[in-house]
Amino acid sequence: MSTATGVLARQYCTFWVDGLHFGLSVEHVQEVLRYQQLTAVPCAPDAVLGLINLRGQIVTALDLRCRLGLPPRPAGELPMNVIVRSRGEVVSLLVDDIGDVMDADELTLQPTPANLPVTVQDVVSGVLPLTDSILLVVDADRAVDVSTVPDPTTTGGPS
Amino acid sequence: MNDDAEIVTEFLVESHENLDQLDRDLVELEQSPDSRELLSSIFRTIHTIKGTSGFLAFGRLEQLTHHGEDLLSRLRDREMTMSNDVAEVLLRMVDTVRALLDSIETSSVDTDPSVPVEDVVTLLARVLAGEPLDPDASPVTEAVGEPEPEPAPEPELEPEPSLEAVADADPEPAPEPEPQPQAAAPTNEPDVDPVLEAVAEPTGDEDPTARRGVVDASVRVDIDLLDGLVQLVGELVLTRNQILQRTDATTAASDDAELVRAAQRLDLVASELQESVMRTRMQPIGQVWSKMPRIVRDLAHQLGREVNLEMEGHDTELDRSLLEALKGPLTHLVRNALDHGLEPPADRVAAGKVAAGRLYLRAFHESGQVVIEISDDGRGIDPDKIAAAAVARGVITREQLARMEPREIIALIFRPGFSTAEQVTNVSGRGVGMDVVRTSIERIGGSVDLMSTVGAGTLCRVRIPLTLAIIPALVVGEGGERYAIPQANLVELVRLEGADLRQAVDVLAGAPVLRLRGRLLPLVSLSEALGGRRPDDEGGPLTVVVVQADEIRFGLCVAEVHDTQEIVVKPIGRQLKAIPMYAGATIMGDGRVSLILDVAGIARDRVLVSAQHTEPEARSGNVDSRALLVLEVSSGRRAALPLTAVSRLEEFSLDRIERSGSAEVVQYRDGILPLVRLAPAIGLPESPLTEDQISVVVHEDGGLRVGIVIDRVLDVVEEAVVPTDVGRRPGVLGSAVVQDKVTDLVDLEAVVRPVLAGALVGAR
Repeated sequence: MSTATGVLARQYCTFWVDGLHFGLSVEHVQEVLRYQQLTAVPCAPDAVLGLINLRGQIVTALDLRCRLGLPPRPAGELPMNVIVRSRGEVVSLLVDDIGDVMDADELTLQPTPANLPVTVQDVVSGVLPLTDSILLVVDADRAVDVSTVPDPTTTGGPS
Repeated sequence: MNDDAEIVTEFLVESHENLDQLDRDLVELEQSPDSRELLSSIFRTIHTIKGTSGFLAFGRLEQLTHHGEDLLSRLRDREMTMSNDVAEVLLRMVDTVRALLDSIETSSVDTDPSVPVEDVVTLLARVLAGEPLDPDASPVTEAVGEPEPEPAPEPELEPEPSLEAVADADPEPAPEPEPQPQAAAPTNEPDVDPVLEAVAEPTGDEDPTARRGVVDASVRVDIDLLDGLVQLVGELVLTRNQILQRTDATTAASDDAELVRAAQRLDLVASELQESVMRTRMQPIGQVWSKMPRIVRDLAHQLGREVNLEMEGHDTELDRSLLEALKGPLTHLVRNALDHGLEPPADRVAAGKVAAGRLYLRAFHESGQVVIEISDDGRGIDPDKIAAAAVARGVITREQLARMEPREIIALIFRPGFSTAEQVTNVSGRGVGMDVVRTSIERIGGSVDLMSTVGAGTLCRVRIPLTLAIIPALVVGEGGERYAIPQANLVELVRLEGADLRQAVDVLAGAPVLRLRGRLLPLVSLSEALGGRRPDDEGGPLTVVVVQADEIRFGLCVAEVHDTQEIVVKPIGRQLKAIPMYAGATIMGDGRVSLILDVAGIARDRVLVSAQHTEPEARSGNVDSRALLVLEVSSGRRAALPLTAVSRLEEFSLDRIERSGSAEVVQYRDGILPLVRLAPAIGLPESPLTEDQISVVVHEDGGLRVGIVIDRVLDVVEEAVVPTDVGRRPGVLGSAVVQDKVTDLVDLEAVVRPVLAGALVGAR
């Protein structure tokens, strides 16, 4: 796992959420899938968009937009699934679009800028300044934990 | 007879496994002779063999293990210390046990004279007496390895040198057995020490086919592997369903006859595979029962009971994990039957029964479930005693008690903290009793029922699913999704339309209830239970799934009912674990995920559990937070009754009111219901009649019913109420502010007393 002070993962699976460029260490990513039919789970935490059938395994799908406190996905746009493994469980993170797998050997992980919304900081363990964008490195264990989503008072997004 | 043979086979397999473990334990023991843990483990193994052999009437085996047990118990209790002699004798005993088991396997008896039981018993006795086996110490290795001239009838039978003879043959002292480096292999044979290797030798050399006994006819498979197989078969079944849907001739998208045939074959094979795989996990209940004779014997002895144990249905199979989970509860139930059920012989004779009680265990399959019955012909359970204890212990209130059927009262013993043993014995009655039994049985999807006749006995019936992995479930639809309700929770389906609907469903203060054959069931709409809003189905047909969980029965209103199907239960992620409404999820034939509803969870979530069986409420000071039924009387005045005092709400048309003496009565449920008009009873003027029927709250007290006539029901509130003395008068305890309005708190007892008194007098 990458932390701001820890060892840098070599490769990142990158994806886009609300125009932001995120990366997840490839060790955590099991696979990437296009949109799968979701079964809604009433009474579940907001970030849980539903359940998908991943070859017979039941996987919880979390909406990263919601988890990050970002505005909801425009109607009609179907999310992609980034299937991650975290603490022995497989969880799907729903993202807008999938990017490349990126080598980050020479880059140094930098602390998350302090003015990012607290909901984003909660999930992001650091940033990698690339030439044409800034990659926000996601901590998989934090991202799949919906029990302690901080109050998104500092976000501009609608609830 | 057949049963016996089966028990013997199980005994052999189990004992062989135990002996392998024993060999390892003994060897390890020589390295750490002080390990109590090892000694206890060895002791247990021998003890088990002894117990079962006693039950199966293998006298020599019992004799041998009995002596071995003596020695082991001395060692365990530190009355003796481990020495080479002791180790030698123990190993020899184990070998002899093994030889006896082999003899039992081939000839079904343990009387084979070539097995030197008596010699070993002598040796054990000598060691126990503290005599040295031989001044030259025990020359184990050579001795056993030395070719014995005597031909043993069983090839795997170890040669049987008597130790004395051995000592003569070889004066060399035994080497310290352990220092050899050995591969710590997990299999049983390779990691035994030289002594045992020598002993085990003959087994290894023989023709492998000669010893294809019960032990080799089966393979031990890691349970994880089996679980994995079950999972995969579940997937296969789902995939098959999908393929079948596409190749179904009626909806045929393709007319490829080959494909259709292949699909049908797939269907067949998959079904058979599913069955076989499930069967690999099935084990006969005899495994648990084989332990019962011993338990019963010991307990009977301890408790001074005489018991005839009868068992039926040894070969009833159920899933391995369930069997494992059942052991504890079943043992507990058997103990209870002996301790609380069966009387001491003297009492039985005094009651005109035979001195020996009968304990009958029976297992059988019934409609996809395994039913296990434990019955005794003992004193039975006295509902009055239970009721008294329950009230005394605050498990229920008197009002609740008054409305309970005897069967419900008996079920109280499943409540936590309940034990009626007048005397706490070391067998049962320590307060961790039947509630634990019920919890563990419910955890594996089962249920437990008690039926009892005072003086004649008790029958405890446990129902459990065959397997946990695949369960039958009813699939219902709500809000565009499908949900599965486990069949185990299902009672019945009710569909109501038009007039029936209006008659059967009452809305009490926004809370719908269903009258079903004289019983009031709370209604919960599934969409509401799932956080949505109650559907606006005024007048429309209503589909109610009547479900039962944790003693609470209620109706779940659903939008659609699909069909019943076998579903594969799958776990859901930790993000969803905290939601009480779901027990898991499954995958439907079309590949979509559906949630499995946790009926007990829904009941708890909707706070239904308090409706019938409230835990004793915490009362502090004069704050009374019990639920109140708020009524309107005397044209707009408010009064409240404790909800617990209300058993039913009824409406009677005016022409049904008859007179009996000065009292008003109606005929009600094969009896006469005396009526009391609430308004005058609490000092208020009666309201003018505006309708041609009256609303009645039926109150039951000790089997007597009273109908309390009111104007109408306003609400049920569950708020803390602070009673004041304002407005106290006959029939009224005082007033309180309920929902921002002053409300009279009815003194129920005062109101119904005149009527009940009359009824009692009338009854005499």
